[in-house]
Amino acid sequence: MLKIGVFVCWCGTNIAATVDVEAVAEALSHEPGVVFSTNYQYMCSQAGQDMIVEAIHKYDLGGVVICSCSPRMHEATFRKTVQRAGLNPYMLEIANIREQCSWIHKDKAEGTEKAIILGKAAIAKVHLNAPLHAGTSPVTKRALVIGGGIAGIQTALDIADAGFPVDIVEKKPTIGGKMTQIDKTFPTLDCAACILTPKMVEAAQNENIRIFSYSEVEAVKGFVGSFHVTIRRKARYVKEDVCTGCGLCTEKCPQKKIPNEFNLGLDNRRAIYIPFAQAVPKVATIDAEHCMMLKSGKCGVCAKVCTAGAIDYKQKDQLIEEEYGAIVVATGFNPIKLDHYDEFAYSQSPDVVTSLEFERLMNAAGPTGGTLLRPSDGTHPHTLVFVQCVGSRETRDCGKPYCSKICCMYTAKHAMLCREKYPDTEVYVFYIDVRTPGKNFDEFYRRAVEEYGVHYIKGMVGKVVPENGKLKVQASDLLTNEQLHIDADMVVLAAAIEPDESARPLATMLTASMDTNDFFTEAHPKLRPVESPTAGIFLSGTCQGPKDIPETVAQAGAAASKVIGLLVKDQLTCNPCVAEADELMCNGCSSCEKVCPYGAITYVDKEFRGPNRTTLLRRIAQVNPAVCQGCGACTVACPSGAMDLKGFSTSQIMAEVDAICK
Amino acid sequence: MQVNSEFKPTIVAFCCNWCSYAGADLSGTNRLTYPANVKIIRVPCSCRVNPMFILRAFQRGADGVILCGCHPGDCHYTTGNYFTRRRMTLLFSMLDYLGIEKERTRVEWVSAAEGAKFAATMNEFVETVTRLGENKRLEDLRCKN
Amino acid sequence: MIANQERQLAAEIRRISGVNPKLCMKCGKCTATCPAFDEMDYHPHQFVDMVDKGQIEKLMQSRGIWTCLSCFACLERCPRMVEPARLIEAVRVAVIRQQGQNHLKPQDIPGLLDDELPQQAITSAFRKYAK
Repeated sequence: MLKIGVFVCWCGTNIAATVDVEAVAEALSHEPGVVFSTNYQYMCSQAGQDMIVEAIHKYDLGGVVICSCSPRMHEATFRKTVQRAGLNPYMLEIANIREQCSWIHKDKAEGTEKAIILGKAAIAKVHLNAPLHAGTSPVTKRALVIGGGIAGIQTALDIADAGFPVDIVEKKPTIGGKMTQIDKTFPTLDCAACILTPKMVEAAQNENIRIFSYSEVEAVKGFVGSFHVTIRRKARYVKEDVCTGCGLCTEKCPQKKIPNEFNLGLDNRRAIYIPFAQAVPKVATIDAEHCMMLKSGKCGVCAKVCTAGAIDYKQKDQLIEEEYGAIVVATGFNPIKLDHYDEFAYSQSPDVVTSLEFERLMNAAGPTGGTLLRPSDGTHPHTLVFVQCVGSRETRDCGKPYCSKICCMYTAKHAMLCREKYPDTEVYVFYIDVRTPGKNFDEFYRRAVEEYGVHYIKGMVGKVVPENGKLKVQASDLLTNEQLHIDADMVVLAAAIEPDESARPLATMLTASMDTNDFFTEAHPKLRPVESPTAGIFLSGTCQGPKDIPETVAQAGAAASKVIGLLVKDQLTCNPCVAEADELMCNGCSSCEKVCPYGAITYVDKEFRGPNRTTLLRRIAQVNPAVCQGCGACTVACPSGAMDLKGFSTSQIMAEVDAICK
Repeated sequence: MQVNSEFKPTIVAFCCNWCSYAGADLSGTNRLTYPANVKIIRVPCSCRVNPMFILRAFQRGADGVILCGCHPGDCHYTTGNYFTRRRMTLLFSMLDYLGIEKERTRVEWVSAAEGAKFAATMNEFVETVTRLGENKRLEDLRCKN
Repeated sequence: MIANQERQLAAEIRRISGVNPKLCMKCGKCTATCPAFDEMDYHPHQFVDMVDKGQIEKLMQSRGIWTCLSCFACLERCPRMVEPARLIEAVRVAVIRQQGQNHLKPQDIPGLLDDELPQQAITSAFRKYAK
């Protein structure tokens, strides 16, 4: 029989206050196989660990049971301890008598009784433990970044700087993301393009970075260290390596009335287009939906004017298969659709704009060349009303329950820029709360009020009615308890932000978890903020939650450092708690293969010795231990009971059940 | 309502390592109490729970068995809890047929963030099973020592 | 301190209306949207706040509960689903229940009609004066 040592931890008073640790140690010492039982103040401390090592040597222990905090807390610590004493690390079981006993029970007798039962269950289990040896799996030293906004670019640059190859997959024709559309950045008011475009160029020129623009991730297979990814390069009908980006085709294309996505539909582009002057890669793309040549075969103007001969109407989508060691998600955000906000007349008047549209109207490269003009009649607006929290902090179905975080600051920025450029304007900002935590953020907002004379009003806009070229704004001022009526020329809505719609299907592909708002969840909200709970998947930027640019860049760097930490390893240690088929019992029925989410089970024909010196060829299941993640679905599906899970075997769990029910 | 205050049911809870076990830990961290008769067995995924384990628990004298896993769609192993859901629907209706009341068995989805839900579920489950009284249907008296 | 009786009344208002005033984040969109603002002594956001604080007596004596058009714009636009209009209606019900009489009977209506009267006004009047 296995010689077992039992160690009961006090955890200071955390356990000892509601569990009589001495009684537990005493009761467990009479269990079969237990040759040593003790208790100590802090088992996880150096002295406590030394005590375990010493006892293993002294009593020649074959198994160890530690009654302490949750195994999620210190299982890894104690595994190392028993390994130090020369024991297999998997000959250890932990009875959780803190989180699941002492902390939830007030009565000491009750707590002690339960702790003893939990200890007995652990002892019953450890009797059936077998030494396990972790295998290794190789690491492909290449990273994939999904999304080419500022978050993706920064992550890719940081990984590339460490010497690892990185691929960026961006679904739009150019990298750069939302930041390319922004005019100025708060709180320094420096130009967004001036700080972003050098980074875009740097990414394009970096030898370690490949950019797949106008591409999407089609399928992801595999696991940490070796993800197998299929990338769809959508046909742009222009040869990327031939196009010089001269832009001649974009001037000659006869299809002129296509809303320009880059300027949010505030002006038009052609069917062949380059999103903006600093696009990376600077290559034209044909919009297949509007191109006459692709639709009806009649046109071909772009091919005629292209001196480089880059146009290829016969181009097809291309599928690329590549191996990656780590994947970074940087899918970013979009402002929400305002279809359900009729009270703000967004769909009725072109002069009601979202903040991102306002950003384009203020931008020198925007549709108005940087002069703020009303979209409806091109006149100069005199009275502007900004409405905050449109769709944020809203429990109605059309809104988002969270604070979008960036709106207070960009609205202050817009109001300030407006007053600075056009001192003849009156600017009103309606707010519920002004939230400006951040370095120099509150000072920035106060400057908008104190130096620039922006009227901040605590209250909300109730309705906006377009009338005779004006926008009649009805709002409340809660501090004076009045209803205000303002004849505005423009209304700017600070629309809430939501994760990009591609995030949800991507999360399913990656088996990464998401919250109810479709933001990716992190492995730990405080201590592991850039890792997804799925190993090998990392998070960068607003796909994880609303963030401003500095925070996004910081997170992007953090994600990159985690990726580098993974890629420098040559081998990853696998989880040894994987499924295993008993080849004598397996009848090759394929039930297990069907339920395996990882495709870890394959079948081989193996020769067995039959009666009278004959041989039999039988089909049996084989588990790839590097691919198996140890969920155990196959063990239950197996009709013959051939499949078992190491570390959580059927007999072990049965033993625990028996110990608990006794 | 007459509840026998002496009767303390034995409840076995199977919790998946990634969501529900962490949820149970969280209810401990938040000091949310639930009765001591709930004993938790850690399994990697709710789909590791073989119907045999549940039958064994009832055979050995458990009065209620509860199985907790990640919310559908959130399984750490992508699809494990879907198998659980289907298997347990079948098993529980069979147990019901054998005379083990439906209220003695339960599948609940508890995420790692739902410590409060875990405690509330356990409180409610223990109360329900206590009201039903001792389970004698499947108990194997030969196992009693 | 609110008196016990008033606290009970506040609980009663919450029960009748099914509204939880604690959900309010005090944005003022209800008041901003209210077409009867000028006619009311207490405005929709104050209503919610006062029910939350338990100041029901004041509300029951206010003119605002009768000048409310019961157009439900505040209810429609509230981002937190607080539904101030329901609270106002509940206060009206409480007043009528205390007085114990209906002000408007269906048979009186034909006599009150004229061509200019919008349909909504009849519905609104019925909401307010007949319980």
